[in-house]
Amino acid sequence: MEEKKLLLRADNVKKYFPITGLFGKVENYVKAVDGVSLELCKGETYGLVGETGCGKSTLGRTLIHLLPATEGSVVLDGVELTGLSAAESRRLRSRVQMVFQDPYTSLNPRKRIGDILTEALDIQNIGAKGERMDMAMELMQQVGLLVEHYYRYPHELSGGQRQRVGLARALIVNPELVVCDEPVSALDVSVQSQILNLLVDMQKKRQLTYLFISHDMSVIRYVSDRIGVMYLGHLVEEADTAGLFANPLHPYTRLLLSAVPSHDPHVKKQRTVPEGDLPSPIDPPSGCVFHTRCPKACDRCKQELPEMRELEPGHKVACHWI
Amino acid sequence: MTQEEIRQEREAIKRRLQKEQRQLVVKKFLHNKLAMIGSVITLSMVILALSAPLLFPEGPLVTSVFDRLSRPGENGFLLGSDNLGRSILVRLLYGARISLGIGAGVGLLSMILGMVLGLYACYYPRLDNAIMRVCDALSAIPSTLLAIAMVAMLGGGIGNLILSLTVVSVPRVARVARSSAMVVKEQTYIEAMQSLGASDMRIIWLHIAPNILSPVVVQASYIFANAIITEAALSFLGVGVPQPEPSWGNILYDGKAVIHKAWWMIVYPGAATALTVLGLNIFGDGLRDVLDPHTN
Repeated sequence: MEEKKLLLRADNVKKYFPITGLFGKVENYVKAVDGVSLELCKGETYGLVGETGCGKSTLGRTLIHLLPATEGSVVLDGVELTGLSAAESRRLRSRVQMVFQDPYTSLNPRKRIGDILTEALDIQNIGAKGERMDMAMELMQQVGLLVEHYYRYPHELSGGQRQRVGLARALIVNPELVVCDEPVSALDVSVQSQILNLLVDMQKKRQLTYLFISHDMSVIRYVSDRIGVMYLGHLVEEADTAGLFANPLHPYTRLLLSAVPSHDPHVKKQRTVPEGDLPSPIDPPSGCVFHTRCPKACDRCKQELPEMRELEPGHKVACHWI
Repeated sequence: MTQEEIRQEREAIKRRLQKEQRQLVVKKFLHNKLAMIGSVITLSMVILALSAPLLFPEGPLVTSVFDRLSRPGENGFLLGSDNLGRSILVRLLYGARISLGIGAGVGLLSMILGMVLGLYACYYPRLDNAIMRVCDALSAIPSTLLAIAMVAMLGGGIGNLILSLTVVSVPRVARVARSSAMVVKEQTYIEAMQSLGASDMRIIWLHIAPNILSPVVVQASYIFANAIITEAALSFLGVGVPQPEPSWGNILYDGKAVIHKAWWMIVYPGAATALTVLGLNIFGDGLRDVLDPHTN
């Protein structure tokens, strides 16, 4: 594999949401992201998996400074993002963009598609007024929309078409990094593959870097070059796609993979079902956060937070047992 | 295809779709019985009020002392005359100009002010408590009493009446605007605008405001109706529109003295007020159904 250029480096990023009591006093914190470090290389797709509520969306938003990080540092191409001023972070917006999960709420129902796209150009001050329409039309064509959609309202479009608009809105400002927050999970399965292929297509054309957030293992496997597995605000395992699926090391990753249905009905899978629910991120378990549901948990797991260790080149895992 | 042809083709598509979209809204409105009935009642009132100077150029102040308290139909007074011999019909029509004008003024002003307050309270949590608690305090005082107090303080006259009725109604609009804005603010498209680097002003006025317009307009139509009633009540109590200018409340006030022998002085202005308010309320209900995107 050729040497890849680093685009974004996150170091020990934390995002805590305060819970305020009756008189605005901070009583506790939701520890949505609790010390995650990762690196994104130019042109790759980094898949982020984990169950609902594990903080993967929050991490995505924190990495592109849509939410300010509570602690830690995020460096994009040599620029430290934490603590950017409002004006600076506004300029940053054209470099990092986001595609949202729900295409039904991510488009303003009172705006025509064309206005949604040209407004993005207007905000970032890209192109002359007269050119913006042509720029929008050209991109619409690239993402598979017709000229007439330019004058349509979002409610006149199907879910797949809306998601194409959502992608176009993100791409029109020419970003380098796009955070895709479960971009296909609200769509029909038949439409999902179209949108996934479109995402891959656009990545090739524009040398985009994706942070692809999903809870669907098969989707993640299809699009990702590398995968990070998240559990309760922590990154527990990180590896390239082939490595992770061939040799999952962390007990949580194994559990996730065992839940992926097989397309061969004769293969009897040994399914490991996790005990109990995801613990609350307000009061996460001590030590390794997974110990409450881990089949291998021991006393050490309850006390000591395991470090992320690189076992093979590119394959990192945080577990005392491995 | 040349540039020009491309441009023309786009224009053609744009025109076709805009026509289609307009027709859909119009059709929806025409098919809504409430909205239609309400707008017919309200519009005919407005048209009658506007055409008063054309129909009766002599104005509402002409007295004819010998014909005082004529019954409806007597001495050429279609709806009778009052205790000074003025035509009730003419005074009703001219009164409609004032009553509807005050109502419309209050509705419009409360809508604008209420939206500004509600939007800023929603978008800036620091302002939220300050604005909304003042609104709570205002709505804790019975609205008619508050309006009387304000008119007493500012003095009579139509301008002051509009002002005091607006102060009374703004909290209602502000509350509706704020709660709708709270919902809109959490929508993903607002986050998308933030992720594009849009300014607060742009988000508030170009993205949140258009999406809370329908509940606010509906609320404004109720306030329009309410202002007509409150104006009538104030004029009836003698603190509203100054005499001899006719408003529906003023005519009622004049009729109070002679109610035992001239029922027409009470019934006609009362009916006009009730009908207009009913029309506006029905219109508001219909408008709510038409504008609600969930019924699409």
